[in-house]
Amino acid sequence: MYAFDFERPTTIDAAVKALQSEEAQALGGGQTLIPTLKQRLAMPATLVSLTAIKEMQGICEDDQGRLCIGGATTHAQVAREAAGRYPALADLAANVGDPAVRNRGTIGGSLANNDPSACYPAAALASGATIVTNDREIAADDYFQGMFTTALEEGEIIIEVRFPVPQAAAYAKFEQPASRFALVGAFVARFDDGVRVAITGASEEGVFRWSVAEDALTADFSAGALEGLRLSGEGMISDLHGSGDYRAHLAGVMTRRAAAAGG
Amino acid sequence: MPQVSMTVNGKPASGEVEGRTLLVEFLRENLGLTGTHVGCDTSQCGACVVHVDGQDVKACTMFAAEAEGAEVTTIEGLAEADGTLHPLQQAFQDHHGLQCGFCTPGMVMTGVALLDRNPTPSEAEIRDYLEGNICRCTGYHNIVKAIMAASGQDVSKIAAE
Repeated sequence: MYAFDFERPTTIDAAVKALQSEEAQALGGGQTLIPTLKQRLAMPATLVSLTAIKEMQGICEDDQGRLCIGGATTHAQVAREAAGRYPALADLAANVGDPAVRNRGTIGGSLANNDPSACYPAAALASGATIVTNDREIAADDYFQGMFTTALEEGEIIIEVRFPVPQAAAYAKFEQPASRFALVGAFVARFDDGVRVAITGASEEGVFRWSVAEDALTADFSAGALEGLRLSGEGMISDLHGSGDYRAHLAGVMTRRAAAAGG
Repeated sequence: MPQVSMTVNGKPASGEVEGRTLLVEFLRENLGLTGTHVGCDTSQCGACVVHVDGQDVKACTMFAAEAEGAEVTTIEGLAEADGTLHPLQQAFQDHHGLQCGFCTPGMVMTGVALLDRNPTPSEAEIRDYLEGNICRCTGYHNIVKAIMAASGQDVSKIAAE
């Protein structure tokens, strides 16, 4: 690791201020960033830890019935505390990485990194969540802008993520057994006004909505409604773990499994 | 260099660290607590698992400065002052839950964390909870058996393989 200055502010304001310094970078739970630093793939001058900011931790419900999760809330806490209100989201959080990783990794860190194989982006996009930063509110549909790319500006941090709670939802992932990331994952969420389907792990553009599957599930919320629907392998990630065609196929299988589990 | 202070195994501990000093480096190099092992250094293997404020975490993937003010427990903190082993340590001994022993500190700390939350886990729950702990000797069977035995469950029907 290259050397850096370390700051651990206790308020959002202090963190935002610290992040204004040259080459400063925010540190969530560090379960991705610390390994990245060890490989010398990042070289911040200052690392601003967000783990001591109490106002960014915890889960509550707003007056619109949305589940509001602080950006520095760990996966383990989401798994425990969202179980009653939004079981599919709690289930997703309970299966990220391993127990020790879930005790450190945060929802804000995951969404800010936007790894193309991460689980949370699928939940945020399929739920139509709102990403609240220190500066503004960003709709999930506008937030994810490609592999490791988001609408976040330099120094902008995720304070909270607000999830509308669907009538029914489920997440199905085919796990990459070494990394525990999703080789492909599908999150299906049914709302009053239709079904949203988000696929992670497959596209070279990162998480995306599968609109054809959304239309089919909006008409008939069952795995059977997806029979015959296929994604093209074009533009899908191809690596030693699986070809683009294989990932496209898995996306269909995972979506059907999620629809069956949520229906 | 910044100063960091925490409580380790019930005793105050402090020292000067760099921003990039990992918690596991602070424990091993500053405090001489070499029971916590560094296996892969990539947060895969779990040999470095310690408890920070009651949560099992990988000490190779957390900075020492992030443990400021925290209560940290390492493998050295489990046994009684008179040397009496923690029930899970004793169970590892009784059921031959280790071969080379390198992964053992992390396995025990993870097992203790599991039993704190789930006092009588099933075999499947134990195997699931050990997802982030790797034993290169592949001695999982007796590790699982030891954790089940420490929780007071009958392990006589689990074949010794």
